[in-house]
Amino acid sequence: MPSNPEGPSSTPNPTWPEQYHELAQQAKSPLLKAFYEAGCVDPDMPMSDVPLVALDFETTGLDPNEHSIVSVGLVPFTLGGIQLGRCWHQVVRPQLPLHQTSIEVHGITHSDIDKAPDLNEVLNKLFSYLNGRIPVVHYRDIERPFLNVALQWRLGEGIRFPVIDTMAIEAHLHPDRRPNRWQRLLGKKPVSIRLADSRQRYGLPHYASHNALIDALATAELLQAQIHHHFGPNTPIKDLWL
Amino acid sequence: MQAELIDIRNHMAQFPPFDEMPEELLDQVVGGVEVEYFRAGTQILEFGQDNTWLYYIRSGAVEIFRRSGELYNRIGEGDIFGQFGLLMNKTVRFPARALEDTLVYRIPEATFQYLFENDHGFADFVETEDRSRLRSALSRREKSNDLMTSKVTRLIARAPVSAPCTVRLQEAARIMTDQGVSALLLMDESGEHPVLKGIITDRDLRTRAVTEALPSETPISDIMSEGLITIRASAYIFEAMLMMLHNNVHHLPVMDKDEVRGVIALSDIVKYESQSSLYLVSNIYHQNDVKGLKKISRDVPDTFVRMVNEDANSHMIGSAMAGIGRSFTQRLLELGEEKLGPPPIPYCFMALGSMARDEQLVVTDQDNAMILDDSFVPEEHDEYFLALAKFVSDGLAECGYTYCTGEIMATNPKWRQPLRVWKGYFTDWIENPKAEALLNSNIFFDLDGIHGNIGFAEELKALVAEKASHSQRFLTLLARNALNRTPPLGFFRTFVLEEDGQHRKTFNLKRRGTAPLSDLIRVHALACGSRAQNSFERLKVIGQTKLLLEDDLGNLRDALEFISIVRIRHQALAIEDGRKPDNNVRPEDLSPFERSHLKDAFQVVSNAQKFLRFRYNAQVGRNAQ
Repeated sequence: MPSNPEGPSSTPNPTWPEQYHELAQQAKSPLLKAFYEAGCVDPDMPMSDVPLVALDFETTGLDPNEHSIVSVGLVPFTLGGIQLGRCWHQVVRPQLPLHQTSIEVHGITHSDIDKAPDLNEVLNKLFSYLNGRIPVVHYRDIERPFLNVALQWRLGEGIRFPVIDTMAIEAHLHPDRRPNRWQRLLGKKPVSIRLADSRQRYGLPHYASHNALIDALATAELLQAQIHHHFGPNTPIKDLWL
Repeated sequence: MQAELIDIRNHMAQFPPFDEMPEELLDQVVGGVEVEYFRAGTQILEFGQDNTWLYYIRSGAVEIFRRSGELYNRIGEGDIFGQFGLLMNKTVRFPARALEDTLVYRIPEATFQYLFENDHGFADFVETEDRSRLRSALSRREKSNDLMTSKVTRLIARAPVSAPCTVRLQEAARIMTDQGVSALLLMDESGEHPVLKGIITDRDLRTRAVTEALPSETPISDIMSEGLITIRASAYIFEAMLMMLHNNVHHLPVMDKDEVRGVIALSDIVKYESQSSLYLVSNIYHQNDVKGLKKISRDVPDTFVRMVNEDANSHMIGSAMAGIGRSFTQRLLELGEEKLGPPPIPYCFMALGSMARDEQLVVTDQDNAMILDDSFVPEEHDEYFLALAKFVSDGLAECGYTYCTGEIMATNPKWRQPLRVWKGYFTDWIENPKAEALLNSNIFFDLDGIHGNIGFAEELKALVAEKASHSQRFLTLLARNALNRTPPLGFFRTFVLEEDGQHRKTFNLKRRGTAPLSDLIRVHALACGSRAQNSFERLKVIGQTKLLLEDDLGNLRDALEFISIVRIRHQALAIEDGRKPDNNVRPEDLSPFERSHLKDAFQVVSNAQKFLRFRYNAQVGRNAQ
């Protein structure tokens, strides 16, 4: 079976279930306490049994300390199926003014946001999706840090959890994706590990709209495809989480 | 439904029966959908399995089968399946398999029932089988090749027509005419159960009976063909085709244990699937010059790629490619004989190496030889055979089978010799083995007669099988040669890569994988006195003698299959990209799955080599690479 893309250091000692247990003791916020108490799946659990939740945020920028979350999309699923009826999408009011450029990216406008709640008001619902599930993201440096910073502001404490990163999996599968100058001269094209391009490699359809829910759904489908192509349903989760 | 899922609703709204559905109803449907991904080749629905979903194809393609296993339909984006089972008793009536990587939306049974009762358009749609829909789907079928997946039993149109082998010529002809068959099976009915004894065909009646003006009372047993070539009922159609071409017969009795299930004819196969990739093979026999053969040979890489994409295993691909190579050779020999006149004395044309082992791929050169009748007189006959060998060798080169760099070809006088000389060669190799000489003659221990008097090659096989197992020194040296090439696996299970030359940073899957495996399997097979040539067949024989444990045999089989398939895929990818296929792989071009399993497979090779060294007491000599 393939080894963890980042080597042994990303299977930290203590294990995630042990960390959750410890963090549950320390957490002051009832929301976070409940999150950790819901527990983390056993590292040896086969992927086919793991309850997962694809997670995508639209944000006003890339820096969690300077920018804010504008919308969240959550898609609970398992390897065997994604129930569209259980998906959730929520526009939230960012703490900072919207940049014109970010409006162009995610299409959420000032009037959408004026009506939207603060993230604080939807945390209960958000955690009802996260508890007991392993989050799946495409590029782990957005959702985890943004959620951590947002909770630090609102609850006074951050959050830690493992994620499965479909982009890291693609990066691992294509280590030589950027051709050197010589290869470029010979016409070798770089392999893109962006969400849409990765999906294309697995015969997944093109989704036109660009919002947090569709991106989360797209990520969930991509993970299903990656597992079926490269790992198999019996792969233990510890081989894939980061 | 979440408004953001409008993309999914809009997709479904393009296709019947959802295109006529009110928006609110369709929103409800989308809200209940489950999404699932199936990799190409995966079974989605098994016959008789419980099913409580209607499937909608968002992307990809799916094959629907009848219960018999026969292909019923191919469907794609926007099509639905699973409805017939839902309408009956929620068990699958038509098994379904992903033909391509496929994303489906599953609609739960409760929603299906609701739609069925409340939406007339939907009910009409799922109840009727729309002919035009079926037809458009079937027009896409050239993508797949049914010969690879269908069993020979599909071609049996009727119960076998037989007669006791005591019947007379005229009676046999009458039965064949009455029954309208081109072949009659002849049974020995003297025992408790009738036993298949022989066959007589239309052609036999023409060539053996009428031409020689035999009396109508001649016993049929005088002219029937005995020692029948038959095929198992569980075999695939492509195997039957290869068997017919290989043995130059046009009828094959299909056997289920000792019982005859029917007879299939070459014409049945051609009729069955004229679009097939293996149709290429029969096409070879219709070419009347080298130019025609050369033209056809350009289709060989495509055939190879198609078989790979159809998930054929390495044995199927290896025998199909060897069968194609053999057919080119046979047709060239026929054309050569037409051009030069009939051979002055009997001869046998031999394939050597991978073609003889049925393990040929696309990157291959020609290895062949000629056995001549012992009445051979060089001054009188050799001019003819040299011309014939040259015609075949040049023709093969035209068709993409490059000349052998080691000169192992029938054009080399050393390898165009009478049977007694050949027997001398083999006897000398086995009884007075020399390491260096054996290294070069390794390839002759994979031999197969493919044209002319096949019996000559069989005599050599028998001689090898008989002598090899008794010569410890021969086996020791052969084993030592089989240890020369080691798998590319370092300490800590890392890949050891080529350090210099054009193929730097790669490893060679043939030289370091399949070749050491076939080498070591050959040693064991010869030690067992086996006459088999194919590595998988050899493993079977080795298993019967208990020389290796069942577990080790299984590991060797899996390792050979896995390394071969990675090698095959690597070549198919190159062909698809328009590059020249080779055997050199960079580890980073492999998936983690392939990398990890390749290491396991190489470990098996390494362990098997250790056992070989121990078993035959063969230390690697100084000439080790």
